[in-house]
Amino acid sequence: MKGKLFAAPYIVWMVLFIVAPMVLVFLYALTDSSMNLTISNILKAFGPMSMTVLLRSLWIAALATLLCLLLGYPAAYLLSKLRSSTGMVVTVLFLLPMWMNFLLRTYAWRTLLDMNGIINQFLAGIGLGPVQFLYTPGAVLFGLVYNFLPFMVLPIYTVFRKMDLSCLEAAEDLGANRLQSFWRVVLPLSRPGIVSGVIMVFMPAMTTFAITRLLGGSNTLYYGDLIENQFVLLSDWHYGSALSIVLLIIMVFSMWLFKRNDKDGEGAGLL
Amino acid sequence: MRKSLSRIYLGIILVFMYLPIFTLIIFSFNESKNMAVWSGFSLHWYERLFSDPVIGQAVWVTISVALLSAVAATLIGTLAAVGINNFRRRTRSAVLNITYVPMINADIVTGISLLLLFIFISIPRGYVTMLLAHITFNIPYVILSVLPKLTQMDPQTYEAALDMGAPPAYAVRKVVLPQIMPGVFTGLLLAFTMSFDDFVISFFTTQGLTQNLSIYIYSMARVGINPTINALSAIMFAIVISLLFVVNLRIMKKDKTADKRI
Repeated sequence: MKGKLFAAPYIVWMVLFIVAPMVLVFLYALTDSSMNLTISNILKAFGPMSMTVLLRSLWIAALATLLCLLLGYPAAYLLSKLRSSTGMVVTVLFLLPMWMNFLLRTYAWRTLLDMNGIINQFLAGIGLGPVQFLYTPGAVLFGLVYNFLPFMVLPIYTVFRKMDLSCLEAAEDLGANRLQSFWRVVLPLSRPGIVSGVIMVFMPAMTTFAITRLLGGSNTLYYGDLIENQFVLLSDWHYGSALSIVLLIIMVFSMWLFKRNDKDGEGAGLL
Repeated sequence: MRKSLSRIYLGIILVFMYLPIFTLIIFSFNESKNMAVWSGFSLHWYERLFSDPVIGQAVWVTISVALLSAVAATLIGTLAAVGINNFRRRTRSAVLNITYVPMINADIVTGISLLLLFIFISIPRGYVTMLLAHITFNIPYVILSVLPKLTQMDPQTYEAALDMGAPPAYAVRKVVLPQIMPGVFTGLLLAFTMSFDDFVISFFTTQGLTQNLSIYIYSMARVGINPTINALSAIMFAIVISLLFVVNLRIMKKDKTADKRI
């Protein structure tokens, strides 16, 4: 026996609040409003309209992830190189915005990017504006990068801190130039951090509806908005559930990718 | 040269991160409602903030749900970790795989799946459903902070206690708990922050009928510019800064005493 019973309350909780809700998502996805079995919602979720929205979201999330990686990778590297006392302060400064409500920060950009906002006043002052920033795909992309950059920096930073620098010295001793030692030593060693960062940025960027709504307005529909609409505006829970199944498929696929890349089971900084 | 380049790069990114936060704070002291023109210093929006019953209610909901859900999740999760640690390998990995689901699932899917459950068993949406949802997504964080401490622990200390005639509950309290306490504490803190920051899952599981701060901010931000939100964010920023300052000061003190000992 040996104390297995301690897990009993959690097992009950898990079945009720994790397993049952997921079963319900499948149940609703496969039924119509009078609970008769149908695959029409699934077909609709794989239809041209929702697939267009899905592709748009995949595209903007991929762009945001790439930009976060390009901006965040050098930042994580430079942060890990900083000397202890100032390094601590700067690192804390980097992570601090994560602790502030993301809606507040997104709202702040909304006021800054507004037609009458500070940035447009400045642009008008030097004869370049005003420019319509808000309610464009560019503003959404900007908001995604802003919100998720720390989630890319953190795991890569963790990997750099743990990295054995003697590998780099060895590469240089053996005659590798800077580019070679980066390409053949540093990049492969930091791959677990990159994989964690990509996962932590991509899925949230793909499924958000608050950031897209606040910065993109309601002109352009993203996948998160589409699902939210079914549950909040239209009360079409069955179609909404079918749309979520598509997300589950993408999630399982990306987890499979992650597992394949994380054979040592390190899961660098995923938590 | 390279050093100053790296400083400039980090500096630019920090400006990018902090520009919106500092404008929010500066304009929280602005007299007019306009977020683009400075028309004089005023504490007007702070007065508004503290006299607004809706915001007060949202703050209360956020803090009470974060506290209750963190404590409940820590209790259930710590016990669960102790139990799971005694499972056979296959049951253990099966249970852990299900435990991972809320952590890796998109928030929107977790949110709607719980909403469907609450609709299905017809629990009226509001404070209770928000609390249940928060406990649910908090438990995995507790389990995954406690479990490593348990695997590091020598299982024979627990068995020794049982052999000496301690009842299981007593043995857990006196032998196991002290060894896993750091993990329990990490789990509790993690759970609290997760709950405090949550928007998406709260939004769906309450259907907006009970507002925490995130839901309130979202509904206000959609309507338009409102400087009371600025005042709110200035206060929240000040709290976060001072908490981090206190925590770091304590870590530094610990480091110093450790240095002295050497």
